Amino acid sequence: MDLTFPGKVARKSLRRLRRQEIVVIPLSILLFVFLWEMIHRFSGLPAFILPGPQQVWLRFWGAVLDGSLLRHTWVTLAEVLIGLFLGALIASALGYLLAKSPTIERWLSPYIVASQAIPIVAIAPLLVIWLPTGLYSKILICALIVFFPILINTLIGLRSVPDDLRDLMRSLRANRWQTFRLLEVPAALPVLFGGLRIGAALAVIGAVVGEFVGADRGLGFLINVGRGQFDTSLVFVAVFSLIFMALALYGVVILLELRFLRWQKRNDQTDLLVEKR
Amino acid sequence: MNSSPETNTEVLLARNLSTVFPGPDGILRVLNKLTFRIREGEFLAVLGPSGCGKSTLLRLMAGLLRPTSGEILYRGLPIREPLPDTGIVFQKANLMPWRTVWENIFLPLEVAGITPQESKERVRQMIELVGLEGFENTLPRDLSGGMAQRVAIARALINNASLLLLDEPFGSLDALTREQMEFELLRIWQAHRITAVLVTHSISEAILLADRILVLTPRPAQIQLDLEVNLPRPRQQNLRYTPEFAYLASQLHTAILERI
Ligand SMILES: Nc1ncnc2c1ncn2[C@@H]1O[C@H](COP(=O)(O)OP(=O)(O)O)[C@@H](O)[C@H]1O
Ligand SMILES: [Mg+2]
Repeated sequence: MDLTFPGKVARKSLRRLRRQEIVVIPLSILLFVFLWEMIHRFSGLPAFILPGPQQVWLRFWGAVLDGSLLRHTWVTLAEVLIGLFLGALIASALGYLLAKSPTIERWLSPYIVASQAIPIVAIAPLLVIWLPTGLYSKILICALIVFFPILINTLIGLRSVPDDLRDLMRSLRANRWQTFRLLEVPAALPVLFGGLRIGAALAVIGAVVGEFVGADRGLGFLINVGRGQFDTSLVFVAVFSLIFMALALYGVVILLELRFLRWQKRNDQTDLLVEKR
Repeated sequence: MNSSPETNTEVLLARNLSTVFPGPDGILRVLNKLTFRIREGEFLAVLGPSGCGKSTLLRLMAGLLRPTSGEILYRGLPIREPLPDTGIVFQKANLMPWRTVWENIFLPLEVAGITPQESKERVRQMIELVGLEGFENTLPRDLSGGMAQRVAIARALINNASLLLLDEPFGSLDALTREQMEFELLRIWQAHRITAVLVTHSISEAILLADRILVLTPRPAQIQLDLEVNLPRPRQQNLRYTPEFAYLASQLHTAILERI
């Protein structure tokens, strides 16, 4: 295994980025900004309802220069990463247990399915009340929101391990740990990464929801502040930062996939930016 | 004919071997009181209609399944779990798609706790034996069906298996590749002097390769015919066109058609 990741893979995937897209993506962004500017200019809406691109741009630099944007982004990113990590860890461990033990599955699955009926957004206030102030409640919300998709994908991934390969490992007298490491993990990895992609996007939502409910830091908090002060440009800045954060996380997952699933034929709709091979 | 002294040593013995599976309406009787033995160094072919229980029989020999009744002994001891000196080749090559050719062949050694460094020479020999030099770093997705089965054979033999079990290994190959692989298998078997059990539903494959052929009846399978193939070795492709071959083939044909 070479350890050149991520530089080499990143370069490779950039190379795979279709030339067409290199032209189309900036063009579509330009078009978006242009339309936005037109609407802003001719609709006559005041800046506290719809600021123009220029105002948002200036507000962005203001927030960058006084350090506030970076500080709040960092807080949200920490919540998202820690929540995603913990949620993914616990969900995949539980998924493994459920896949291994039909008894545990029979006992727990009603609760797991029922837990999906609870809108996380609705219980977020409770979590914020119950947990000590700070990042804890937001991390928990992130972890909860990514829990289910990753659990399900772990289950599906483990079930997709071919029986013949299980027989092979048995015939080689492999122990549980060897079967796990040499067969189950690599075989389930593609599906697991699918769960991680969904989880990455959901974790950002979770963090913002938590911050909306009660926080004194983070991009969700920044949105609240902007709204309260009729500083709509600031709201826009925070929203764009969140979009970038979600995209960056998604990109990281795709890079990890390129690194760990190189053996797979890329055949699918999965990649927005990466060309088919 | 194989006339070495160990020819008469018994490697495997099945006595009243029966297997029953839970079926859609009650039970599914698959194997019905099979009794047979396999000698050391023998090449046995198991011939039978599909669904009769050939794979089940092989799984019993591999220790992947326990018989419902009766017994199956390997060198005098009941087979209760997979044995270290058994190698299996599955119907589909059954390679790990995330492992290269080298890594797939290395897998049994890795499970046995041997490091890649220590394995280099052994893996190289196996790759040479099955003729895959230059494909060490190829992934299974880039292999043809025949090449994939070569990898599977190398993987089955790398642990110094003395009993090789093959479950319709060439069933999914095209006719020409299949013939080529049959002779590859003969060559490898002769080089290693191991005991081989080949499940197949091809009459000519069975005659070309085997010392002895067991013909199974449709489910629940019983032994319908236990036929010695007294054709000289080493065998050549043109054996197919000899009267002896035709005679054996017609005998097998009749036996199989009788029961359908
Ligand atoms: N684990 C199992 N549980 C239930 N039925 C099985 C199982 N394995 C095989 N069978 C059934 O046993 C019969 C024989 O299967 P198999 O040994 O695979 O036949 P063959 O290899 O000769 O085609 C089939 O009808 C199959 O559906
Ligand atoms: Mg079969």
